[in-house]
Parts: sequence; C-alpha cells; structure tokens
Amino acid sequence: MIAAPVVELVNVTRSFPGPPEVQALKSVNLRVERGDYLSIVGPSGSGKSTMLNLLGLLDRPSVGEYHLDGRNTSLLDERQRAIVRGGTIGFVFQAFHLLPHRTVLDNVLLATLYSGVPRGEREDRARAALDRVGLNHRLDFLPGTLSGGERQRVAVARAVVASPELLLADEPTGNLDETTGSEVMDLFEELHADGLTLIVITHDQAVSDRADRRVRITDGRLSVLS
Amino acid sequence: MTFSSKRMLRRRSAHTDADAPAGLASIAVDPSGAESHVSAPSAATSARSGPTADEQSAAQSDAFSGTPIIVPVIRRADRFSVQDLLVEASYGVGARPSRLVMTTLGTVLGIASLVVTIGFAQTAAGQISNQFDAVSATQILIEPAATRNSSGAEQATGRLPWDAPERVDRLAGVERAGLVADVDVAGQPVTSVPVNDPSAAQTLSPAVIAASSGLLAAVRGQVVTGRFFDAGHDERGDRVAVLGERAAETLGINRVDSQPSIFIGEVSYTVIGIIDGVERRANLLDAVIVPLNTARVQFGLTAPAELHVQIEVGAGTLVSRQAPIALDPSAPENFTVQAPAAASSLQDNIQADINIVFLTLGILALLAGGLGIANVTLLSVMERVGEIGLRRALGATKHDIARQFIVESAVIGLLGGLIGSALGVFAVVAVSLLQGWTPILDPFVAIGAALLGTIVGLAAGAYPAVRASNIEPITALRGGT
Repeated sequence: MIAAPVVELVNVTRSFPGPPEVQALKSVNLRVERGDYLSIVGPSGSGKSTMLNLLGLLDRPSVGEYHLDGRNTSLLDERQRAIVRGGTIGFVFQAFHLLPHRTVLDNVLLATLYSGVPRGEREDRARAALDRVGLNHRLDFLPGTLSGGERQRVAVARAVVASPELLLADEPTGNLDETTGSEVMDLFEELHADGLTLIVITHDQAVSDRADRRVRITDGRLSVLS
Repeated sequence: MTFSSKRMLRRRSAHTDADAPAGLASIAVDPSGAESHVSAPSAATSARSGPTADEQSAAQSDAFSGTPIIVPVIRRADRFSVQDLLVEASYGVGARPSRLVMTTLGTVLGIASLVVTIGFAQTAAGQISNQFDAVSATQILIEPAATRNSSGAEQATGRLPWDAPERVDRLAGVERAGLVADVDVAGQPVTSVPVNDPSAAQTLSPAVIAASSGLLAAVRGQVVTGRFFDAGHDERGDRVAVLGERAAETLGINRVDSQPSIFIGEVSYTVIGIIDGVERRANLLDAVIVPLNTARVQFGLTAPAELHVQIEVGAGTLVSRQAPIALDPSAPENFTVQAPAAASSLQDNIQADINIVFLTLGILALLAGGLGIANVTLLSVMERVGEIGLRRALGATKHDIARQFIVESAVIGLLGGLIGSALGVFAVVAVSLLQGWTPILDPFVAIGAALLGTIVGLAAGAYPAVRASNIEPITALRGGT
C-alpha cells in the first residue's frame, strides 16, 4: 500500500465573508509527503495565518478539500477534528505558550491529556521528549526561569510528545536571537532527520532557506520556490 | 448531562466508523477488540514519529475514493478523563492564591450567614422548647367547651364536676390537679378594714378566686407565709382566704400569725396564708383565694371554670385523651384540653419562624458571591486566552474548555461553601458556648450549605465557560504570550 501524503490540499480556497469579501487563500494545492521538511514564507498579510489555521485543523476551507494523513478532514465534525488535531499535529508557536504556573514537565504532559496517550505512558514519554530536546535537567523548573531558547525547546518537546504525524511551527524563531533561533532550528532538523514531517511558517528568509522544500505565499497564492 | 450523553453517542458512532472498515483501513486495531490506539506504543519512540507512524500504518484509507472517515479511536480513560479535568481545574484554581481568597470571600460570607441564621434558629428553637419543657410540657388545662349562642355571647356547653381533681387523680401520668373559678362578688369591695372612708382614694378591689385545696401544687405556687387551705377548710366551707402576694400588698397584709381578717363586702374572712411563685395562672397573685365550697355558699358559685393538672413529662397526649372521659364519661366532648404540644411539632413551629431578614441577607451575600466568582472567572478567561488557544491546538474540544472553566468555578464555589459552612458552624457553637445554650444544627444544613456553594459556583461559571469555549484558538495563540 502506498502511503498517503501527510498533507494534501486540493484547490483550497478560504474566503472571509465581507463586505468586502476577502480571499485569504486562493485555490491552493499542496502536497507534503511523509518525512518532508517544508517552509512556507510570505510577508505578513499574505495568508500565512490562514494557511496555519487550515493546516492545523483550526479552520475549515471555504472551497476545496484538505486530506490530513489520508483522512478527508472536511467530513469530520468539530469533536473529531479536535481528536485528530491532538493526535496528529504538533504545534510550536512564536510565543512559546507555556503555562507560567506549571513546571516544565507539566507543560509537556499537557499535550498528552487531549491526544489520548495512555495515562501510564504519559510521564515516561514526557521525560523522554524532554530528554530528546536536552532539557532533562530542567524538569521541575517553571518556564519563567528558563531562557527563550530553553522555553522553545520545552514547546518542541510538548509538540512531539504525542508522536504527531506533522509538526507545524509558526515563526518558531520569532522571539529568539539569531544564535538561539539557529539552535532551535538545529533541533527541528534533528527531529526531521528522525523522520518527522515538518512545516515551518516564517517570514525569515534564513530560516526558510534551511528547509528541503520552500513555498511562498503572496496575496493568497502559493508558489513553489524550490 | 445532555453533554455527556451526546458525547457517548458520538463516541459510539466513532467506534462503528472505525470498526466497519477494519479490513480496508488500519488504525492499529488490536486483535482483542475495538479499542485501539493510534499513538506510539512505546515511550522510547516518543520523540520520533514518522517511521513510528509507518510501522503502525495509521489510517491509510483511500480518502479520495470516498471511503469512510477514520478517526482514531481513543479509550475514554486516555483522553481528558474526569481525573485530568479535575487536576487541570485545580491547577487553574490554585494558580493565584490571593485572588482565590478574594473570589471565595463572597461565597464564604453568604454561606456562613445562611448557616448561622439557620443554626441560631435551630438553637433558639431547642432553647425555647427546653424552657417550655419545665412547665408547659407537664401542665394541662381543661376547660368546659364553649359555643357562641345566637346573641353572640359565649356559653359553656359542659360543666366541670366539683370532684374533678379526684376524678383525674386516678389517671396514670397525673401528679396533681386543682380546680379554679372566678368568683362574682357582685361589686362588693374587698378590704382589710370594714370602714367606709369617704376620703380614701377609690381602689380597685382584688379579684376573688375560688380554688380547690390542690390547686396551689397543681400550678406550682409557693406559700410565702402561713399556709394554703386544705380539704377540710373546703369541705366545711370555712371563711378562710389565701392572698396572692400582690393582693396582700394592696390590702396591707404581710404577716398572718396575728390572724388578720379581710372583708368581702360585710363578711370577714381569716387570712391564713400568702402565696407566690405561681407559674401558671399568674393572676392568682393579684387575687384573694377562697375555698370552692366557701364560694358556693357565700357567692352562689355554680361551677368551676378550669381544671389545672400537673402531669408527668411525656404524659400529655395520654392524659389529654383520658381526662375528659374521666370527667364526664357520657359527654367527654364537652371539655377542651390544652395539652403541651408534642416536642417535634413545637420545634417545627419555631423553626418555621427563621429570621427572614438574615436569610435574605445571606441569600443576597451569596448572589454577590456568585457574581464575584463569575467576574473573576471571566477575568481569568480573558487572561488565559493564550492557554485556551493552546489547549485547543493540543486537541481540546470546545466542551473540554467549557468543562474546565465550569469545574474551576465550581471548585471555587465548593471551597467558599466549605469554608463558609465551617465558619458558620463555628460561630453557632461559639455563641452558644458563651450564652450557655446547647448548639443545635442539622448536619445536613452544613453539608447542604457547602453544596449550595458548589451550585453557586457552577451557575457563576456557566457564562465565562461559554466565553472561553468560543475563543478562536489561532487569534489567541498569535495574540498573546
């Protein structure tokens, strides 16, 4: 059996009812195979956020179909989408989004709550994920005591703890200086080397250039760069 | 409730979806049954995922050709179970302790004032019935029944026999009995000196009351000086009188060893005693009391008016049923009996009389507390927009978010209810201790008050929870920190 692509966008248009009606994405076709490393670049307002929403199952296309890991997501109801989202997609955000009152370990465990990781496996997997990003000495720290790079590493651990099919990184280096940002990107590449499918959304050319495949969004239209 | 049942239905449909195409599609269905799991089987592979997923060959149905949708089937216990919900909610509640204190304050005050109000009402009821027990619970009053005749005047339909005390004395539970009747002296003055002094101020004569010899004991009076008349005086119709203490004062008599006389009209009576401390029929203290037979002879008294019976504790129901029959076996309905209320009905009556004002205040405080919870929960929702977005991105449904905030505010309400209930109980006990009362509080009031706090929290959390669940995840995630 041939493995279905992880992401398959077929003629996806997303328009926001006006007036005036805005087409944030116009007839986008995109195929991301298992193990791909894709970057999506574009200036602000070009439709990157809409792209992220759609890919992350946080929004539905107005027209077209989105197949995630072989499932036609437009046929899923909200609850099923939430379950698929929790089990299939890992998110990394520009602003980290760590809960300030919870320890590093708890923050990573949070991702196991909704994705259906069996209770008995949760802590072991969270520790393993933190070990993987090199933070096993920070388990009981609060996020506020960590550096920006470390925080983003916690976020990466949280994104991969539920073994997603797809890692969606939204401006992952946006809040980091060049060196730490580069370290985080190194980490992404290590994960990619281990087989993780990776999509990085960014406006930073340097970050984008590290990807295997690059696409650009301009004014809602997708163009392949390489 | 509707939430969960809907959810179960949906879950079941997810099951069937997954089970039906098991041949076509594969979601790591293990041979043992339908319950299966999409995520990696071992902890070691957690940080990798692509190949792992391949090994599992997850979800390969050819979606393009319109095969059924496959949603990973996740065991209920593995995805945001009640335990997870409670843990997450308790973290949310405990994140800001100082704010928690302020939030619960309204509920604490409301619940405490409710508990205190009800507690004091119950304590007071217990207190009052304790006092009643001493006299009221052991005292029966029997009177001839009365009806109103055509001209509206009251007319007795029965008549107490002269030997009523002897008749009821034989009943079990009766300790003492005594007859009493008001004597109509036809306006004759009661004086201590038979002198017509025109210059003396007009004073109202003390009333004259006829009594049987056993009355004093039956109404629990005490002899201050001298003695009460006995059956002999009564039988012979001796012209003797016993004065109530205040009547004695009015008549200027304070000692009886010199055998002073008083005059009712022209007829002299020897004062043989002065009484005090009457607990029932306190107007005896203002009266001149003469034996029944004397009153019959001298004033033509036709019938006794009241029979006072002192009974043993708890004999009230029995005696009040038997006494009328003993008095007149052929027409027991001709007597009205005032018996002590059974203990429970007495307390119920008083408990119904809970102080409405304080109850209202308590409810108002509780409402304010509920609004406070709603307000703070709403504030917390606004502050935690990022967290809500994150949870949604991690796979939480709107319901999961709503549940979390509802439970958080319910926990705040429960905390407020527990603290308030404890404070209320403590206040009731402390005040009772100071006053020397017996604190009485139905334990269900304390438990119910804590539950009421939870309900207030639940209600207060509803709107913030809806707001939280409607937050757009991506705006939340891109916006804040």
